[in-house]
Amino acid sequence: MLHTLKPCEIQTGGFCFENTRRNAVLESSLSESGYKAPGARKTGTTIAGIVFKDGVILGADTRATDDMVVADKNCMKIHYIAPNIYCCGAGVAADADVTTQIMSSNVELHMLNTGRPALVTMVTRQLKQMLFRYQGQIGASLIVGGVDVTGPQLYSVYPHGSYDKLPFLTMGSGAAAAVSVFEDRFKPNMELEEAKQLVREAITAGIFCDLGSGSNVDLCIITEAGVEMLRGYDKPAMKGKREGQYRYKPGTTAVLTKTVTPFPLVVVDESVQIMDPE
Amino acid sequence: MQAETGPEWLSEEVKTGTTIIAIEFKGGVVLGSDSRVSAGESVVNRVMNKLSPLHDKIYCALSGSAADAQTIAEMVNYQLDVHSIEIDKDPKVCSAATLVRNISYKYKEELSAHLIVAGWDRRDGGQVFATLNGLLTRQPFAVGGSGSSYVYGFVDAEYRKDMTKEECQQFVVNTLALAMNRDGSSGGVAYIVSIDEHGAEEKVVLGNDLPTFFDQ
Repeated sequence: MLHTLKPCEIQTGGFCFENTRRNAVLESSLSESGYKAPGARKTGTTIAGIVFKDGVILGADTRATDDMVVADKNCMKIHYIAPNIYCCGAGVAADADVTTQIMSSNVELHMLNTGRPALVTMVTRQLKQMLFRYQGQIGASLIVGGVDVTGPQLYSVYPHGSYDKLPFLTMGSGAAAAVSVFEDRFKPNMELEEAKQLVREAITAGIFCDLGSGSNVDLCIITEAGVEMLRGYDKPAMKGKREGQYRYKPGTTAVLTKTVTPFPLVVVDESVQIMDPE
Repeated sequence: MQAETGPEWLSEEVKTGTTIIAIEFKGGVVLGSDSRVSAGESVVNRVMNKLSPLHDKIYCALSGSAADAQTIAEMVNYQLDVHSIEIDKDPKVCSAATLVRNISYKYKEELSAHLIVAGWDRRDGGQVFATLNGLLTRQPFAVGGSGSSYVYGFVDAEYRKDMTKEECQQFVVNTLALAMNRDGSSGGVAYIVSIDEHGAEEKVVLGNDLPTFFDQ
């Protein structure tokens, strides 16, 4: 018989919010001295997804911002969940990343438990149940897309836990710009090339018309046959090559007269300071 | 907690600012809803079906916070499934309404959603229940959501007892059209569900097919 004298420790898994009260007190005392508390880094983003004839296409820009500074010019916003399911994340960068990683691991366990490939509805359900449990404190807005036995599907999940199933979706700060492209040109059952161009144009609209989005367009095409990741499919914001030279050749301006006046300099004081290399 | 940068609708809770209505007729019920889901001033889904099935012949209409309403409907759907297997019969509408009411009442402070439960069962025919804030009351008809305030006068004046199914459907469509015209948070298309002993029949009335009234 083995008696343990040490009491069992309470399982503390998942997120822990006990510092929120301390942060609130700190923020108020900081603002009194005139300082601002550091904010969570949000991926000002444009993410989009459409359902086309053979599957689903997900698209995202690649800029991560820290307030008004670009923190990452080429970050990856399309995350792997299962071999046939991918997820774009917007909102707070850390929340989106970690939530998708947790989902990916849960889905793997579920597939091993049931012996079946993952369903997109299963991923959406787990996601929204988790986000609802945290009552919006996890600031992750996600677009989940994939092809499973029931066909191609696209879901959006909001931070408070609501979800929508639609044929085309956009999220993030550039969503308004991107959805206007979709509302104008989306048609059901498009061909692959047409669909790729449409998503590219929608993300490009977000890149140009939204300050929080920029850099390149990433695409992820999911069909029954498999997944094709097109990182850097389009680079609309690349720095252009300078067309002309602004330097004038010597002799462009004609010299009329030349006068040389030497300054007689007298050495007053000389001191040498040796710089130590180490 | 976090500094709020960027447009507010990014972090705003998603609400179904809504118009929902359910009305009972002899032999069943008719439910109707608009289709607009907003986050702040932005519309995030313009074709959402807010009439959610709880069982084969029991539906509920969602309004308020989208996340809260969807979650309550999903939980009650599960609980009703288990309950109907346990009693080996189709569940009563008042059982479904009671389950919704239990959740709405217990989590009154945390939730902000209002569900109208309506359906048909063999014992009492068509029934409509309102579960606002945790109360449970059976009514001949019920309206809810932000758009309902604009049509209380209309429904009170136009409702008559013992309408036929077709008259009820027309009544529901008229009410929705009027509310969608006046309420900024309601719009899109109208979804109608008619439930009687034969089952539930879903219908969509697209924007330009909605009835028009005096419109300057």
